[in-house]
Amino acid sequence: MSLEILAPGLLTSVQDGGRFGSRGLGVRVGGAADKYSLDIANLLVGNDRNAAALEITLVGPSLRLNRPATIAVCGATIDAHADGVALQGWRPIALPADSVLTLGTCRRGARAYLAFDGGIDVPIVLGSRSTDLRAGFGGHAGRALQAGDNLPLGGPHAATTTTIAPASWWIDCVADLDFGDSIAVRVLSGRDATTPVDALYAREFAIDSASDRQGLRLLGNALHLANDYERVSEPAIPGTVQLPSDGRPIVLLADAQTVGGYPRIGHVIDADLPRLAQRRAGQHLRFVAVSRPQAHVANMEQRARRARIALAIAARQHNAERQALR
Amino acid sequence: MTRSGRRPDRMGHSIFMDDMRIEFLGDAALLLRLGERIDAAINRRVHAYAALLRAQAPNWLIDITPAYSCLALHVDVARIDVAHVSGALASRGDPLGVAREWLADWLARSPVEVDNGAARTVEVPVAYGGDNGPDLAAVATQACICVDEVVSRHSCAEYSVAMLGFAPGFSYLLGLDASLVMPRLATPRTRVAAGSVGIGGAQTGIYPNAGPGGWRLIGRTPLRLFDAQRDPPTLLRAGDRVRFIAIDAATFDEMNAHPQ
Repeated sequence: MSLEILAPGLLTSVQDGGRFGSRGLGVRVGGAADKYSLDIANLLVGNDRNAAALEITLVGPSLRLNRPATIAVCGATIDAHADGVALQGWRPIALPADSVLTLGTCRRGARAYLAFDGGIDVPIVLGSRSTDLRAGFGGHAGRALQAGDNLPLGGPHAATTTTIAPASWWIDCVADLDFGDSIAVRVLSGRDATTPVDALYAREFAIDSASDRQGLRLLGNALHLANDYERVSEPAIPGTVQLPSDGRPIVLLADAQTVGGYPRIGHVIDADLPRLAQRRAGQHLRFVAVSRPQAHVANMEQRARRARIALAIAARQHNAERQALR
Repeated sequence: MTRSGRRPDRMGHSIFMDDMRIEFLGDAALLLRLGERIDAAINRRVHAYAALLRAQAPNWLIDITPAYSCLALHVDVARIDVAHVSGALASRGDPLGVAREWLADWLARSPVEVDNGAARTVEVPVAYGGDNGPDLAAVATQACICVDEVVSRHSCAEYSVAMLGFAPGFSYLLGLDASLVMPRLATPRTRVAAGSVGIGGAQTGIYPNAGPGGWRLIGRTPLRLFDAQRDPPTLLRAGDRVRFIAIDAATFDEMNAHPQ
């Protein structure tokens, strides 16, 4: 009950909904950088929304399934084939045992999520199956996948197909992800102010190629703090916009360090973290200031869309089971 | 501390309670602030509050990050049922506001007691200088003392673990001798060996894992600071007292080759 990695891709790792409860030990939350796409991919294959899946960065892996599986690819638009047959994202696809699945290049977006029914059943470490790539634990051997790795799949699984069978319907993610060259992300004010006070909102930033799961590094003219002094390290969270001394903001992503000493000039709202995680080097973003009530409404709306998607998927799966019984 | 001691600030962003303040940290966390400086007494209160909050956490309080002078309370806002809360806040549909109200009430009825006697002392062997501490000589030069004096002052002090953070098991220690206070390196190293003991400003600490780092490295311990498979995973806990024991390079190599 496993899958075998034939080629690992650029940076492929096991990620789930994140690691909570150990931040006091310095352990970051981690998990999928784009938790919206992980969530939908898991729902499509009948998993718990926080189950472990593969996070694929820019270029995907090739792998062989040793049991029939239902899969779904969400997040970035990525070339995908099973034994030469082109596969589309955002829908469940039943694959027979011994299928060779080949993920190619991300055409739009930076990170794709490949979920399998039953989830990837690596050991739970400190409450999560996620790989902490920096500290080297969790996931599979605490590292990015390599050719020859075998990953256990969880069960019980329902897929029994002997042919490649994609669903005829799919999920539309347009309300929650935006792969365009320039996007707006909503941000709450942070503890530290810039001068002028609207400096963060007054321009567009380009994404630096040195960005990673810890943070998006932004390029542009340097920003300046209203009050520049040495700060005591304080808690940081995914979404925190830090301003190091070079004046170029860093937006922390899933692998945000638990505490940091840089000034924090804003916090991107929860609903926009998936959009951030899909930014690629050379693309752009601009910040839009929102109030906490506005952020709350945006977050609630995203949760409501996810709940509707979950209901729609459950209804389709119910219908499919009834038809199979007929 | 009384309820009358609370008042919203000018911006409506925080609640003051005597020397404490509740702030918002983004849209899914509160920050309980007890101060803004590195101070052992404030830090002990931070950890006393963190321990008490962990023991009494409502189900929406999913994680706590204690730092030097404040602690973050991470909130799963979806678990806060605003429908069952009366008053103006609920009508605004503001779960983080509900969490803030809960915390303010909790603080008003939960006086913390700081127990200094409970701290344990952990001895950490350190091989100073050489490949284990490549910046030791530069630190001595900057402090205008000899290398042996740096080692003596660093290993004679008693430290306390102010917080674990930045990386799993990375321990920030209070108690550095004032003469050893050093600015960070202008250009951080791309790779620091696991177990390296460094000085960054008025702080000293130990890198649990190999990785980049900007502190000045004066020595290295063979002990494993973090092991996710161990219970507890960190060698040091917040509040621990720490003593460094100078060992020679051969002892380091021996201990490093045969970890306990």
